[in-house]
Amino acid sequence: MSSVKPAQTGGAVTMAQPRGIAWRNIITRPEFGVFLILIAMGFFLSLYTNTFLTSVNIFNILRAFSWIAISAFGECMVIITAGIDLSVGSVMGLAGLASAMLMARGISVPVAVLAGLLTGLIVGFLNGLMITKGRLPPFIATLGTLLMARGLCYGLTGGWPVRSLPQAFRNLGQYDIPVAGLGIPLPLIFMLIFAILTSFFLTRTVWGYRIYAVGGNETATALSGINTNRVKLMVYSLCGLLTGIGGVLMTARLGVAAPTAAQGYELDVIAAAVVGGTSLTGGEGTILGVLIGAAIMQVLRNGLVLTGVSAYWLQAVQGLVIVVAIMLDQLRKRRQ
Amino acid sequence: MSEQDMILRMENICKAFPGVQALNHVDFEAAPGEVVALVGENGAGKSTLMKILCGAYRKDTGRIFLHGREVEIENPYHAQKLGIAIIYQEFNLTPNQSAAANIFIAREPRQRGLGRFFNCVDRRRMEQEAQVHLNRVGARVPATALIRNLSVAQQQMVEVAKALAVDARIIIMDEPTSALGEDEVETLFEIISTLKKQGIAIIFITHRLEEVFRIADRVVVLRDGQRVGSMTISEATPEKVIHLMVGRELTDMFHKESAEIGEPLMRVQGLTRRGVVEDVSFTLRRGEILGFAGLVGAGRTDTARLIFGVDRKDAGEIWIEGKQVHIKSPVDAVEAGIGLVPEDRGLQGLVLKLPVQENIVLPSLDKYARGGWVDQRSLLHTAASYVDKLNIRTPHLRQKAMFLSGGNQQKVVLAKWLALNPKVLIMDEPTRGIDVGAKAEVHALMSQLARAGMGIIMISSEMPEILGMSDRILVMHEGRVAAILDRAEATQEKIMAYASGEINKNSA
Repeated sequence: MSSVKPAQTGGAVTMAQPRGIAWRNIITRPEFGVFLILIAMGFFLSLYTNTFLTSVNIFNILRAFSWIAISAFGECMVIITAGIDLSVGSVMGLAGLASAMLMARGISVPVAVLAGLLTGLIVGFLNGLMITKGRLPPFIATLGTLLMARGLCYGLTGGWPVRSLPQAFRNLGQYDIPVAGLGIPLPLIFMLIFAILTSFFLTRTVWGYRIYAVGGNETATALSGINTNRVKLMVYSLCGLLTGIGGVLMTARLGVAAPTAAQGYELDVIAAAVVGGTSLTGGEGTILGVLIGAAIMQVLRNGLVLTGVSAYWLQAVQGLVIVVAIMLDQLRKRRQ
Repeated sequence: MSEQDMILRMENICKAFPGVQALNHVDFEAAPGEVVALVGENGAGKSTLMKILCGAYRKDTGRIFLHGREVEIENPYHAQKLGIAIIYQEFNLTPNQSAAANIFIAREPRQRGLGRFFNCVDRRRMEQEAQVHLNRVGARVPATALIRNLSVAQQQMVEVAKALAVDARIIIMDEPTSALGEDEVETLFEIISTLKKQGIAIIFITHRLEEVFRIADRVVVLRDGQRVGSMTISEATPEKVIHLMVGRELTDMFHKESAEIGEPLMRVQGLTRRGVVEDVSFTLRRGEILGFAGLVGAGRTDTARLIFGVDRKDAGEIWIEGKQVHIKSPVDAVEAGIGLVPEDRGLQGLVLKLPVQENIVLPSLDKYARGGWVDQRSLLHTAASYVDKLNIRTPHLRQKAMFLSGGNQQKVVLAKWLALNPKVLIMDEPTRGIDVGAKAEVHALMSQLARAGMGIIMISSEMPEILGMSDRILVMHEGRVAAILDRAEATQEKIMAYASGEINKNSA
């Protein structure tokens, strides 16, 4: 193979890989549809309110969905393997709580943060073990950990929130980096870093290729000599870890760790992934899509507040948006 | 027997599927109380003909008469109402319901009075009537027993009782003995004679010739979608039937180029998975194409799956290049230098949702990665070079595998193993369902690989392919090696005789 001259290589690859017009590549990308929805929502909101398109509001939106998005990167990987992780909301709460309880006992911030991340990783790993070795359907296994992790939150605290967290910790979620007169929230930076990391992981590493293959056709992948259980174990562990990171950031932002924190967030996380084009049947999904999906869900929340619609309507509208976004995606696929 | 006495007459039945004429002007008939054996090679059209009779397929042309009256069978439900029942190899029973519920499925007797208003099932009546039907077939099965607690033979009896409950006058049995033990086969034959006495016509599809001669009154032979013979059992001999089954000219062209056959490459000793594969031993040499012949269900694919570590073996050893290898999973098999081109491209061979390039590099990913990071250029280069080499027709490398034609999909499956350069390549039905051109390309490629020193196991149900491509032919019958024949001594008749259990070297 190495004997082939580079000139020939280039020729062969371009033959089989038409570059085409860049514009065409953009509009045929699966994320393009949801991106249009996001732009349309932004356009509508900036016309109807004069508060939407301000740097303060935009950064608020970005900060508020950063932990949902970070967890959704993990969820996206799980869903690409044709699985599901329902435990992410509870794990977010438990990870933040673990850090907070350690700090309340005088443990240093870095150690406590690491412990929080480790909590997420361990729960994720247990999910993976139950699904691979225990042969439980992902839905059941993670439903179990959803309840167990939440139960731990209540049991460990007796129902009381952990308050007065050190400032150094709270800065993780609250600090704004001053850049050119704007304050860029630190969680936003974390979100972007993890978006890039997971995106590279999925598209550039051997593991990433295998994740898509397992979700696309587990039998064929196993028959290609790949240990599919190991791939799944890793994916659930990573999802737990990323969710742990999201949980710690959320707790830092709120400055308090309540046992009820992040309750029901699993649905926001799954919605972000699915609205962003991750296919529940597996084998499809991108981190960029998840990012857009998470943004849509948060802009929606923010938009309803800004336009003065009662918060009681929020869930109804969210549900509608999820259903419509996925229907549009199905239509797009069918036309292919 | 005159025409009028026939309970069933099928005339000039034709049925085409994309690319094949499955049935070509086939006639078929059965008299009341007659057991007709329907035999033929894999793909001869037996199942297609019976599926038309029981309404699962619609015929293209031809006529069907029941009791002398022409009928147009619209769907399975209609066939059932006309008194035609089929018992498939895979039973159609719901495992968590009782025998009675299965026998009366979709026709449960309703309660009287208020219960009728709410559509309540009259369980007692249902169970009583079900028991009557079960007793008719001589089944010692309580009607209340759950299907999942019954043996395979008992489940089959429930299927027969189900057929009787709808008052079937024609019962089709598709390979009814394949899942049964010897005693159970005896019981089934007793049931068949009981049904015979009740004037029911039985159509019996089988691969086992000795059963034809034990139970059938008449045998009908199909070959390549045509009826090539019908004779009463007193006129028939096994030789005659086998000759009719295979008697075709070898017209296909094969790119068999002789490769130099070298030292032993892989030795398999005593490979066993109880009830599926029994004591299979053979040696594969460098540069050799070893054909695996046999009828569907003879254990060829199962043997491949055992070698490749997909299923767990109960016993058996595998040596590659003189060293014993312990294969517990496909991961081990790939590591030991074995590749598998599975039977079903879509389900087992390819990730249809993923692009061609990713499918090609899937087993060999580690080759293009440093520290886990994939080197996109070398990956693309490899994928592109195999697309070139194997002449895979795809608009570009990012095309999803699902949009390729069958032949090109198969070439992608081949490419993915070639990129790994295995020592042994197992190919299960490598040219099934692909067009003639692609077929020739696959054959040429096989010769080329053999010349390069690879050992190839080719499982094929196509006799011309087996005879045309193999250096030696291993014939399997009921999970065992019935014979290993040299290219020079192999004939269609010989292979068929071993495959159908007519001759058995081991027991002789």
